[in-house]
Amino acid sequence: MTLAEQVLAGDRLALARLLTLVENDDAQGLTALDELYPHTGTAHLIGLTGGTGTGKSTLVNQLARYVRSEGIRNTDGGQSPVRVAVVAVDPTSPFTGGAILGDRIRMRDLAGDAGVFIRSMATRGALGGLANRTRPVVQTLDAAGFDWILIETVGAGQSEVEVARMAHTTIVVEAPGLGDEVQAIKAGILETADLLVLNKADLPGAERAAAALRTSLRLGSPDPMGEGTGWTVPILMTVATDGAGVAELVESLCQHRQYLAASGEWERRVRLRVEREVRDLLQRDLLARLLDRQADGRFDQILGQVEARQLSPRAAVDLLMRQAGS
Amino acid sequence: MSHSKGRVIIAKPGLDGHDRGAKIIARALRDGGYEVIYTGLRQTPEMVAEAALHEDADAVGLSILSGAHMALVPRVLELLSEQGQAGLPVLLGGIIPDDDVPALKQQGVFAVFGPGTNTAEILKAFGSAVEARRAAT
Repeated sequence: MTLAEQVLAGDRLALARLLTLVENDDAQGLTALDELYPHTGTAHLIGLTGGTGTGKSTLVNQLARYVRSEGIRNTDGGQSPVRVAVVAVDPTSPFTGGAILGDRIRMRDLAGDAGVFIRSMATRGALGGLANRTRPVVQTLDAAGFDWILIETVGAGQSEVEVARMAHTTIVVEAPGLGDEVQAIKAGILETADLLVLNKADLPGAERAAAALRTSLRLGSPDPMGEGTGWTVPILMTVATDGAGVAELVESLCQHRQYLAASGEWERRVRLRVEREVRDLLQRDLLARLLDRQADGRFDQILGQVEARQLSPRAAVDLLMRQAGS
Repeated sequence: MSHSKGRVIIAKPGLDGHDRGAKIIARALRDGGYEVIYTGLRQTPEMVAEAALHEDADAVGLSILSGAHMALVPRVLELLSEQGQAGLPVLLGGIIPDDDVPALKQQGVFAVFGPGTNTAEILKAFGSAVEARRAAT
């Protein structure tokens, strides 16, 4: 059996191994992923992003625990069981290349459940709140048959919006006391929210924070992303430490999925993501190929000329393109 | 940075709440360039083994100060072996009487560290553990 076949057969050790290969851009892993790709596309990819310490990991724990015990509402009005995968990203040290991946600490309630698979990832130098290889890791889990894939970003600041380009549904998690109304109207992370969660809603100031978020959403156009119409971003209050509000959050996630399907937005987003992924890969490979074609030392020599202000960066690129014969 | 030096689990099985040692080791490994999956306090052997499986770890570090190592460590080794990770190096630190060390090593523990061990020495042991593991798989 190939590695891909083992993964499709539900072998968790093979899945874990393949995730490592894919994360390391290993040729064997990428071949397996090619084989698995036709089996992807069914999972609901749910991104969770927001500032450090807003409670993303704890919320992931509660969400997964809730849907594992209750299932989710299906289109017939019944409840369907869900298998849940979690991809939790933490930052790599820019100095040593090491990382502490600590998101499992908050997900201990999920231990021992064979329907849950938690994988930690280090950013390995990527910005934007995810690792460069988060996308293929998510695709592998999708092919492995998980119905929900929760993608948790590093404690993101204001512009770590990468997850919104990967997930079907993006949850932005906020907490009281982290910012004023001006923070709430800045561009960036808030605009990417399909669902807005105010966690730690038992803390003082929660109502005021919710009001600020509500005002900010109302100030925005009803369709800030220019991505279809008909979805009003709900603001949900949760207390992830005791599970308050989690049932409502799950209900909102189901509603969002239905909205995506009914409005054609699901296909539109998938189309955008496919195009983006192919463009990204093409860009990477073209760059590698182009640099490959340069005579030895030529690239460094041109960089030197730019450094010495003899060539502008733009002119240097023209030169490199011409020499690559393209 | 498309590869890491190794993915290492640091876990505290058992009921004692003293995690200073585990945190120091996790930090030292991070500074040594490893990706450290830190699982936190009060882990059961089942939780440790599950983390090692999900994370496809290259090595597992256990910190035990409760005296329960002769029960917990063999159980972790047994579970790892059951799930097909028999060769995964397990390193142990904490209050481990010298008399127990030979038995632990015989059961397959890669290395045992007592109080006062230099972090450089521990880092080196993890280095050879990860190297051995990668050579074998």
